[in-house]
Amino acid sequence: MTDILLFRDIDEPGLATIDVYERRGGYQALRTALKTDPAELIETLKGSGLRGRGGAGFPMGLKASFIPQGDMQKYVVVNADESEPGTFKDRELMQKNPHQLIEGVIIAAYAVGATKSFIYIRGEYEEQADILDAAVQEAYAKGYLGENVAGSGVELSLHVQRGAGAYICGEETGLLDSLEGRRGNPRLKPPFPANAGLFQGPTLINNVETLSALPHIVELGAETYSAIGVANSSGTKLISISGNVQRPGNYEIELGMSSRDIIYGLAGGPPEGREVKFWFPGGSSSPVLTADDLDVGYDFDSIAKAGSMLGSGAIIVVDDSQSVVDVCLKLAHFYAHESCGKCTPCREGTNWTEKMLGRVKDGTATPMDLDIMASVQQRIIGNCLCVLGDAMAMPVSSMIAKFRGEFEAHIEAARAAADRAAVGVAG
Amino acid sequence: MSDVQRFEHGSRVPGWDDAADLTKDPAVIPDPQTTPVPAELRTQIEAEMARYPAGRERAATIPALWAVQRHYGWCTPEGIVQAACVLEMTPAELIAVATFYDMFETRPVGRNTVYVCTNISCSLCGADELLAALRDEIGEDPDVNLRGFECLGACDIAPMASVNGAYIGPISLDEVPELARQIREGAEPLPAKRLVLRPSADPKVSASTPEDA
Repeated sequence: MTDILLFRDIDEPGLATIDVYERRGGYQALRTALKTDPAELIETLKGSGLRGRGGAGFPMGLKASFIPQGDMQKYVVVNADESEPGTFKDRELMQKNPHQLIEGVIIAAYAVGATKSFIYIRGEYEEQADILDAAVQEAYAKGYLGENVAGSGVELSLHVQRGAGAYICGEETGLLDSLEGRRGNPRLKPPFPANAGLFQGPTLINNVETLSALPHIVELGAETYSAIGVANSSGTKLISISGNVQRPGNYEIELGMSSRDIIYGLAGGPPEGREVKFWFPGGSSSPVLTADDLDVGYDFDSIAKAGSMLGSGAIIVVDDSQSVVDVCLKLAHFYAHESCGKCTPCREGTNWTEKMLGRVKDGTATPMDLDIMASVQQRIIGNCLCVLGDAMAMPVSSMIAKFRGEFEAHIEAARAAADRAAVGVAG
Repeated sequence: MSDVQRFEHGSRVPGWDDAADLTKDPAVIPDPQTTPVPAELRTQIEAEMARYPAGRERAATIPALWAVQRHYGWCTPEGIVQAACVLEMTPAELIAVATFYDMFETRPVGRNTVYVCTNISCSLCGADELLAALRDEIGEDPDVNLRGFECLGACDIAPMASVNGAYIGPISLDEVPELARQIREGAEPLPAKRLVLRPSADPKVSASTPEDA
């Protein structure tokens, strides 16, 4: 029996309102946290083993402990830009239980000594932003936000900022630039946001799901929370399953569950008569795994050992009726479109990968183009300020490596078809 | 060897025909004396500026551009100059921001915004066919701004669309004529397919609620 934490009461009517949330025990964890010393609270977060749920999986408590002590203005920023293809868990959390996130933000801000906080939500999520705005107003009215948080004397402001459509703003420093009113271009690191983030102040920046877990960690205690899941991957995780499955959606699982049980058990597997061809275990940026990897445990370390990454926890299943060339081209097109253009390897690499895949698709490529494409990917990885380019290079490399035969067959078939068409036109 | 294809202005890339006029002074922050700003727009932008620490008011560029787009239907040149005047920035700084983000329109568009997600999960479920069908059905309606869009974060209701901000899906091809009519008439699009009404997919959640209640 998996513990339900983040999704507890998620379909309760009115959970998005503060009255229902409080009646369900909401904001009790905040009161507990406010009675705890901030340093002790950070130890609890460290002890919980909670790793960031946005994609990188960095230990949350450790990140919080990097925020310097002192009287300077500090910030907490919530990354609600959720733009990784295949990922839609934060959307459901914000839409159905916005106060859980707000409570988490207040706990985090208290732990690191921040007095200003922002939720940066992607512009497309208009319905969710409206719900968050209303919830923030309720939290102000009830005294959970403002000059005297829940009577503790601590001050905290919270504002919901809407983006305007850019994948790169999910990258934390790109997000900070966007929040400061500029183009969302990633920054050179170090300095990391913990030292010089928003407006150059120390900034704790975390994903929606990560912060939504905080009230539960405070409520359960570090020991109980860290006992959920497996070593190095503690707690529950929301996974978004989509693509060729019968029951797409968000599911809360205990980390370590078998991938087969998720894809077949929870999501019902591919449509009748179809088989899993390959799957992305952590959003479109993760190297693809095949049907042979279905028994891998779904946790940070096991997925890494299988050669991919847990990423944002978004599983995209592709069945055997689909062409790997089409999926690869869609993917490259996305990253070429979203590259911010700041670093050359990413700007040019994504662009040329898309063009080369276009040639594969329309039959003007040669098998040598596959080698060129694979070498382009190696020249992107690790050579840019952020990992957007890597996020295309890794899955594209994995698709070429694992389905090379299909790419070659497609090139031959498309070229033959193009030749026939040319002869037909000439004749 | 074939000749390199060139555009009329001689360049191999489009859009480089407007060379900078070096005889003109650089654009400056618009003068409030000579730049009338609609009161409603000014109020909205100033309210956004107040949310940021003193001296950091320029952080309000994105909310300011949203205000311009709401007011004029798109980010018009005069709207950008007006926002720049309130924000005390040059119009070029605002144009740089407006052209970066997909949701800001820097050309006139229809007031009804329809995004159809064409990213991986949606395209696996027929999004390209949905976009083509909707394009055929809507035709050249000047009031509708129909675009294929990158992942909208709703792969659970693939294939889906966002109609003036409201997420709907999964949309079958049979529903396209009805949806097109609703978009044209300003009616609520496919009310039964609204994402906000959709219960959680996780069976444990529905199982847990009654016993907790």
